[in-house]
Amino acid sequence: MTVDLSGGGNLLRVDNLRVGFGHRKAPKPVVNGVSFSLTGGKCLAIVGESGSGKSVTARTLVGLTGGRSHVTADRLEFNGRSVLGLGDRQWRGLRGKEIGFILQDALVSLDQLRPVGAEIAEALRLHGWGTRAERREKVIDLLTQVGVPNPELRARQLPHELSGGLRQRALIASAIALDPSLIIADEPTTALDVTVQAQVLDLLDETKRRGKALILISHDLAVVARMADEVAVMRGGEIVEHGDADDVLYRPRHEYTQALLDAIPSTHSKGTKLSHTSRPALTIKPRSAARGPVIKADGLVKRYHGPDGITRTVVEDVSFELNAGETLGVVGESGSGKTTTARIVLALADPEEGQVLLNGEPWTAASPKARRGRRRQITVVYQDPLSSFDPRWSVRSIVADALPRDSYPSAALRGERVRELLGQVGLEEEHLDRRPLQLSGGQRQRVAIARALAPEPSVIVCDEPVSALDVSIQAQVLDLLTDLQSELGLSYLFISHDLGVIHHMSDRVLVMKDGRVVESGTADAVFHQPREEYTRQLLAALPRLDRSESLTTDHGRLL
Amino acid sequence: MSTAAPAEVARTPRRPGYRAVQRYGLRILGAIGVLWAAATFTFFVQALLPGDRAALILNLETGQNIHRSARELAPINSEYGFSNPIVVQYLHYLGGLVRGDLGTSYQMHQPVTTIIGAQVTPTIVLTVASLLFAWLIALVLTVATTKRVRFVSAIGSGFETITAGLPQYWFGVILLVVLAIDLRIFPVQGGTSAAGLVLPALTLGVPLAGFIGQVTRDEFEKVLDQPFITSARARGMGDLEVRLRHALRHAVLPAITLSGWALGALFSGAVITEAVFARPGLGNVLVTGANTRDIPIVSGIVMLVAFVYVLANLLVDLAYSLVDPRMRTS
Repeated sequence: MTVDLSGGGNLLRVDNLRVGFGHRKAPKPVVNGVSFSLTGGKCLAIVGESGSGKSVTARTLVGLTGGRSHVTADRLEFNGRSVLGLGDRQWRGLRGKEIGFILQDALVSLDQLRPVGAEIAEALRLHGWGTRAERREKVIDLLTQVGVPNPELRARQLPHELSGGLRQRALIASAIALDPSLIIADEPTTALDVTVQAQVLDLLDETKRRGKALILISHDLAVVARMADEVAVMRGGEIVEHGDADDVLYRPRHEYTQALLDAIPSTHSKGTKLSHTSRPALTIKPRSAARGPVIKADGLVKRYHGPDGITRTVVEDVSFELNAGETLGVVGESGSGKTTTARIVLALADPEEGQVLLNGEPWTAASPKARRGRRRQITVVYQDPLSSFDPRWSVRSIVADALPRDSYPSAALRGERVRELLGQVGLEEEHLDRRPLQLSGGQRQRVAIARALAPEPSVIVCDEPVSALDVSIQAQVLDLLTDLQSELGLSYLFISHDLGVIHHMSDRVLVMKDGRVVESGTADAVFHQPREEYTRQLLAALPRLDRSESLTTDHGRLL
Repeated sequence: MSTAAPAEVARTPRRPGYRAVQRYGLRILGAIGVLWAAATFTFFVQALLPGDRAALILNLETGQNIHRSARELAPINSEYGFSNPIVVQYLHYLGGLVRGDLGTSYQMHQPVTTIIGAQVTPTIVLTVASLLFAWLIALVLTVATTKRVRFVSAIGSGFETITAGLPQYWFGVILLVVLAIDLRIFPVQGGTSAAGLVLPALTLGVPLAGFIGQVTRDEFEKVLDQPFITSARARGMGDLEVRLRHALRHAVLPAITLSGWALGALFSGAVITEAVFARPGLGNVLVTGANTRDIPIVSGIVMLVAFVYVLANLLVDLAYSLVDPRMRTS
């Protein structure tokens, strides 16, 4: 722990930081009077939703806010030295050497045209470290240090040839190459599966234990709970609550922190509203399984034949039933075959073996023509509605387009029905003529749901419907889906990699791995008494924020 | 290691070079197909154009333009094989192409390959020099002016817009009048000397530079916003190095694709430029051939241009996989 103590023991001191963008005379403020300090061996987490100013705050600390920004502060000190108004050359001396910066999603944060080893060596070369041969050796050392197996081979490979977890480790290796005393990680695990996320967090924890200071930017409070000593909650460019991690996460004082915490779907949230702003719960109709399964999938198999002569089985012998008014959750890591299963259920991909029955009749085995008439019985909501909307269409035409012509023959009838659907999903008259790009992420997902409801389906396939949304918006959308289900008696096939979301939404759960269903059962059984080792691993890897238990344990942070 | 890989059930092992051979084999087959189509087209244009070819040849030889009797035409018909069925003529033509025989000029009575061969070098030199100039100008301009303060970026993109729209013959004349005649920096008639190459190559290269620059600038702007650029800066890399080492490689990919088309277009554009600068080359051959309806010469040049296009696109594929290593590994 070699920390310069001249800054009053603080490696980093930030007082009244303000960052604005745009014209010098009237900059649009993004960060509004933020103050914090940090010492070596500690982790400060800055949490907040998109637009809260947390990423801009992080970039200010490496001087990378961009040319059109205005940074002011009463004090902005690193290692006892003011970095306010540093020139580019001086900043370059700090970046990578004293301060390491890790961005999310290494696939786009590493240069795709260069081997990962070259990217790591670059961090060394820029600060004049060693000779070319020494650097080559050091790269291998670093990759070994961050737990990349077979480092000699990996160093020569391109980012896309590595799995998400290995890529993220390589990116971390490039950021910690010169052992900087401050590491800033901006959403370092957001694109990763839970088991990989756990490994990457361990790695960051390791650097913290070696006495490095860590600033973790995240929207995920569970990740924060695992890592942080201190938490600062940002909203609208300001820190609304700041304190010891346990205090902020388990005894929040600010209502916004409370709302963020309540919005997290988890074991205890089932059957309750996640969002404070959602409509009050409607009287829940008793769900009946009397109508029999709406979807019956039997022994589904799907293989892909690559051009290299390799056959990959992506779905292998998958069978399940989805009953009327029920939610069946499908959970698994990337590559587990959950999305392919959804595509087969939607009859967008043909199974090689097995078949799906929809409302008791052959569905995947029917002819395309026969299917067309019954398409309206099953609809879909995707993760990113923006790419499934024509950006030139208005909300009105997007929803009206999904209405069956024979039920709504006239424009007047369709117009009335579109208004009714938008009302159901909580959108207003004013949204009718907006384009997708003029809507927020949550509003877009509501339009996608309205479109899915338009043909009055009995089943909606939800493929990661909330994965791209902030936690409070996610809460509103999940509440909406729950309300619609009890109002309309819909069945959901609900796909997500997020175990909390799956547990919150599902009556029954399928756990998939490598194309197979490894475990299935009621949500409570799968989550509380998992039978399979893989399910246990998934649950163990999940960073948790379990407030009911925190009161009884001295530390509160599980894992 | 930890992300779930899809289960692999069957793997047919193949020799490592197999896919490369398969890929390049298909490309070359495609290229041959394109050349065959061009040959077929030029042959039937020759054979089916209105007017009797034998009469044309005889009129060219004698410098007259009168109606000829069948008896006069008979020896020419048999010499050139015009009396054979068209299929036989077509196969004969294709056979000649395979042996590298493009026929005999009606006017000069020399093999077309000899005539083209004597004049092709200056044209190739001009074409390649123009392409190099174009890339040099475009790269310097985009690296220097993309995403700078508004004033500088506007100069760069303004230059590109204006030059991309310049008509070559007009621009060539302006260059000639200003730099050669008024300022006497370059020779008016440079022949094949290096100094004489500059103005013709600029005439062709500057408009193309504007074009390549526009495409590269668009891409450059997008790339500079990518997270991996921020990563590089966060390692302590300076702006110029970020542009040269990281951004440029990504930004040139669309322009490389464009260069295949550009190389072919430059080859045809060289004709006009050679006329303006009185430069030796295929331009003169083509102009004379077209004026005298010397069809074998014209079709020979058409075949050569087709060949240049095909070759240029194969080169583009090669260059692309050199710049983008993902093409080699995936």
